[in-house]
Amino acid sequence: MSSVEAVTVRDVRYRYGDRIALDGVTLDVTSQSIFGLLGPNGGGKTTLFRLLSTLSPLQEGSVQVLGRNIKDDLFEVRRRIGVVFQSPSLDPKLTVRENLTHHARLYGLTRSDYQKRINESLAIVGLSDRSNERVEKLSGGLARRAELAKGLLHRPELLILDEPSTGLDPAARYDLWQYLSTLPQQGVTVLTTTHLMEEAEHCQAIAIINKGKLVAVGKPRDLRAEIGGEVVTIESKNAVELTRRLRENLGIEAETRGNTVRFEQSTGYRSLPSLIEWAEPMMESISIARPTLEDVFLKRTGHRFWGEGNDE
Amino acid sequence: MSNSRALSDVAVSVAPGSTFGAALTLAEREVVRFLRQPHRVIGALLQPIIFWLFLGMGLRGSFRPETPTGSLPYDEYFFPGVLAMIVLFTAIFATISVIEDRKQGFLQGVLVAPVSRVWIVLGKVLGGTILALMQSLLFLALAPFAGIKLTVASVVGATLLLIILGIALTSLGFVLAWRMDSVQGFHAIMSVVLFPMWFLSGSVFPTDGAPAWLAWIVKLNPLTYGVAALRRILYVGQETAPLPASVPSLTLSIAITIGFTIVMIAWATKTASRR
Repeated sequence: MSSVEAVTVRDVRYRYGDRIALDGVTLDVTSQSIFGLLGPNGGGKTTLFRLLSTLSPLQEGSVQVLGRNIKDDLFEVRRRIGVVFQSPSLDPKLTVRENLTHHARLYGLTRSDYQKRINESLAIVGLSDRSNERVEKLSGGLARRAELAKGLLHRPELLILDEPSTGLDPAARYDLWQYLSTLPQQGVTVLTTTHLMEEAEHCQAIAIINKGKLVAVGKPRDLRAEIGGEVVTIESKNAVELTRRLRENLGIEAETRGNTVRFEQSTGYRSLPSLIEWAEPMMESISIARPTLEDVFLKRTGHRFWGEGNDE
Repeated sequence: MSNSRALSDVAVSVAPGSTFGAALTLAEREVVRFLRQPHRVIGALLQPIIFWLFLGMGLRGSFRPETPTGSLPYDEYFFPGVLAMIVLFTAIFATISVIEDRKQGFLQGVLVAPVSRVWIVLGKVLGGTILALMQSLLFLALAPFAGIKLTVASVVGATLLLIILGIALTSLGFVLAWRMDSVQGFHAIMSVVLFPMWFLSGSVFPTDGAPAWLAWIVKLNPLTYGVAALRRILYVGQETAPLPASVPSLTLSIAITIGFTIVMIAWATKTASRR
């Protein structure tokens, strides 16, 4: 209960010309936790990332990072946060070590300080033997690890990442999350944006953001528990007709989308056999599953996660 | 748009611990990445030589700019003009990276570092100036082939002037690049603004005998004075410099060039802190 907030965002609004990207966002990020900002592309999470990483200036509302007001203590905030961008921020023509050295000097570290730190952080991300290779020669996964080493080099208390697993294969993605999950024990708060549900499950708390507004905030488990019961999905060539019969015959309110019909079922697995028997003539397949964050999103916004996002 | 942030940026600009070190590391990066791109190095060295050799030799037979005491072979007249061209285009190319780097690339990380924009500008300007100086000094070594005798005084003077010009033109490039969101837009500016700026600077032809309106454009072009200063410095120590009457005096040229440089640095710094 006595946890300190690493980030507090209060009523933040941001617009690009006429388009409103953030429409009154308020949230808290607990210190030394992993916090996920989940949302479809164009939902506003990248804008929030840009604000928190101090890349974009705050227009309206207030943001405190590590107890400092982002407007008044800009340089102090910058010194204490680490940022990992979605697109590469390493110079491909330089070696990994050269990139880290430039970063260290930008942060005002002394030579004796950074030489040791560079070796340490390269060891942590497993790049010690590749440190003298140019970044352009590294695979996507290794380059991302180098980005991470760079973001952590000046020992930030808060690490902010934008879609960190973009372009990574599943193995590299797994490695990345393995590593991120060790950071809170070392005193680092992790805040990451993602559009991947399974990544959000790694977070201690998440905020789901859509069309510039938060639609849900909480622990992934609690959010899923809100749904109650299981989610039944039926594939059918005549989904509309099936939905109508579900309502009229069984009193179930279902949602249709293309060839799929889905609804929540609190009676759980026990009702499945009779349901299959009933729907059998009209269905291609049926599945029943515990609710996912996507179901939370669907419930809160009324549309599918991948539905109506516009490009940011 | 975001004036409040701009003010706070400037206000705290002395505060961060890393200051000049940040500018140096950015400049160093600029030079290292240039040297690691062989096609850029070769292009940068060959292009001015090709220009000078072909245009200089080609026009040599038909065009001899007149001087008060006689006339001047065109390749000799054109030589300082090519030096100015090297500085102009190296400086400009060094700043193009700002456009792409900013959205995705190295600059993103620099922008969130605890470094005031002033040092970021300075790093970029220093980097571009070093590149321009390296190339123009290599070209300067060819001066004897143009009939210009190099002395210690003229080399030292030209070096200083090339540094000043480099700072001015990289700053100008920075101002243009910072506001652009596409490299294509920058190319348009290059052909509409920068190219005319070069050939209307007395680099390619003297204004003696040119229509008055054209002579006026040249007179109003700040680069004209940079080129004139270079011309005069290359003949420093000689009793009469073999130059057309329209070339402004050394004192005036240096004064205007220094003024131009100060204005450009100030403008670049202001532009960057406004983001």
